[in-house]
Amino acid sequence: MRIAVDLNRCQGYAQCVFLAPGVFELHGDEALMYTPAPPADQRERVLRAAAACPVQAIVTGEPVGSEGPYVR
Amino acid sequence: MSGNGRDGQDGKDRRDRQGVRDMRDGRIVIVGASLAGLRAAEALRDEGFSGSLTLVGEEPHPPYDRPPLSKQVLLGRVRAQDCGLPARRETDAQWMLGVRATGLDPAGKRVLLGNGDQLPYDRLLIATGTRARPWPDSGEAALDGVFTLRTSDDAGRLAERLESGPRRVLVIGAGFTGSEIASACRERGLEVTVAERGRAPLIGALGATAGAFAATLQRAHGVDLRCEVTVTALRGSGGRLTGAEFSDGSRIDADVAVVALGAVRNTEWLADSGLAAGPRGVACDAGCRAFDMYGIVTDDIFVAGDVARFPHPLFEYQMLALEHWGNAVAQAEVAAHNMVSPATLRRPHLAVPAFWSSQFGLNIKSVGVPTFSDQVVIAQGSPEERRLVAVYGYRGRVTAAVSVNMAKWLDYYRHLIETAAPFPPGPGAADGVAGSEPVPSDVPDPHVLSHGPTVALTGHLPDRRLTLLRPDS
Repeated sequence: MRIAVDLNRCQGYAQCVFLAPGVFELHGDEALMYTPAPPADQRERVLRAAAACPVQAIVTGEPVGSEGPYVR
Repeated sequence: MSGNGRDGQDGKDRRDRQGVRDMRDGRIVIVGASLAGLRAAEALRDEGFSGSLTLVGEEPHPPYDRPPLSKQVLLGRVRAQDCGLPARRETDAQWMLGVRATGLDPAGKRVLLGNGDQLPYDRLLIATGTRARPWPDSGEAALDGVFTLRTSDDAGRLAERLESGPRRVLVIGAGFTGSEIASACRERGLEVTVAERGRAPLIGALGATAGAFAATLQRAHGVDLRCEVTVTALRGSGGRLTGAEFSDGSRIDADVAVVALGAVRNTEWLADSGLAAGPRGVACDAGCRAFDMYGIVTDDIFVAGDVARFPHPLFEYQMLALEHWGNAVAQAEVAAHNMVSPATLRRPHLAVPAFWSSQFGLNIKSVGVPTFSDQVVIAQGSPEERRLVAVYGYRGRVTAAVSVNMAKWLDYYRHLIETAAPFPPGPGAADGVAGSEPVPSDVPDPHVLSHGPTVALTGHLPDRRLTLLRPDS
């Protein structure tokens, strides 16, 4: 699983920090810091955090490339 | 066209439907496999494109997210290789990674590749972005300990070196990237010198008033900040960096130097293409269609992301080139829509520019174009509280706002920008700082900065009236 957060949208409501504290944290009062590749056991928490975000800033999905095919 | 009866309208609708079906098939090639390229590919499938889709990327990695590279990765909390972007949907695309585009033949509708292959297309999206501006002396740049920060590989190498505990890091250039690097170093407890040719950090993007605040902030966090100096030489011994010399005659010992002198747009491969492409980017219209060198718009070549220069009605139709995450996403979606839509259904890219930075424990966010200003006023908060909103105006209307740890207010100011509200903003926007008077925003000539401005305002001013925008969501 991969995470990207649209930090233009993020307003620091910190719902994600409460729901998945191992993945999202506030750095200072307002800046969100997150783990882009969370461990598998955090998956459900991350999905709940993404759903709870008041401004829907959290994008989750499988890493690009897991679908293939790739040409080098 | 006018005066058609019902049959005429039905005929037009039929032709439109046929046009939509035709545009949803064929071959689309996207050159550039980063954020803009990926989101465009996804949006094309969302829009019903069912033809063949090929992405060409110079780097060997699948698309990854850059903002964490200068923050989480440099702090050692996240590995550079773990910043891959999430897929929003399947794209059923062919990815040619580790392959460089070397040329474009618009007449023959082919992209030329570094491996000798040629890729035919029906419609093309150019999303080749930028690269780090290298240190001008290639011998000094090759010293062990000299880094740039743009790619995932760059970030991985720099993070590893910071982990090894260098005695002093020199950051050359105090734009957003340089300032974030300095912040990460201080947070890791490393000694940092920042050298900036301009009068203060961030002034290229935010003007001198905000720059003075940034300078105070950096020094309060223990950065050895040196402004109005240039680095005249990087010194090495046995192939390793040992220090640097400055234009004021001073010198320092340093075992790491990070060159943060802004970005260079990846347009060289288009030199013989006949497109309006050069160091300032690839010019396109508000619908992301590329212009050729005569200023005539093409209809099968589109541009999105950092490499695009496009006219924005809110900023007097000046050609903007934005190195912003949000612009890459929004412009890619507009380009994708227009690539599969007949003329009557096309959309303009009108998103208000926005970006963020986190550094020295503060969350800095911007909407609008702060360099498109003549005055600035602190509308809420204060530098002493380390939370504020600075509002920028140009000829009496609001053109930008920058928040420091007050992000929740920015949507309000975005609305003021979109509605061309008068500057300075009236009461109701203010937050107990009565008496705060507008001062000159003091945006410097970009030529005196050692980093490129994040927002580049280029081109002349056509005599056009401001268009009132409405957010489409």
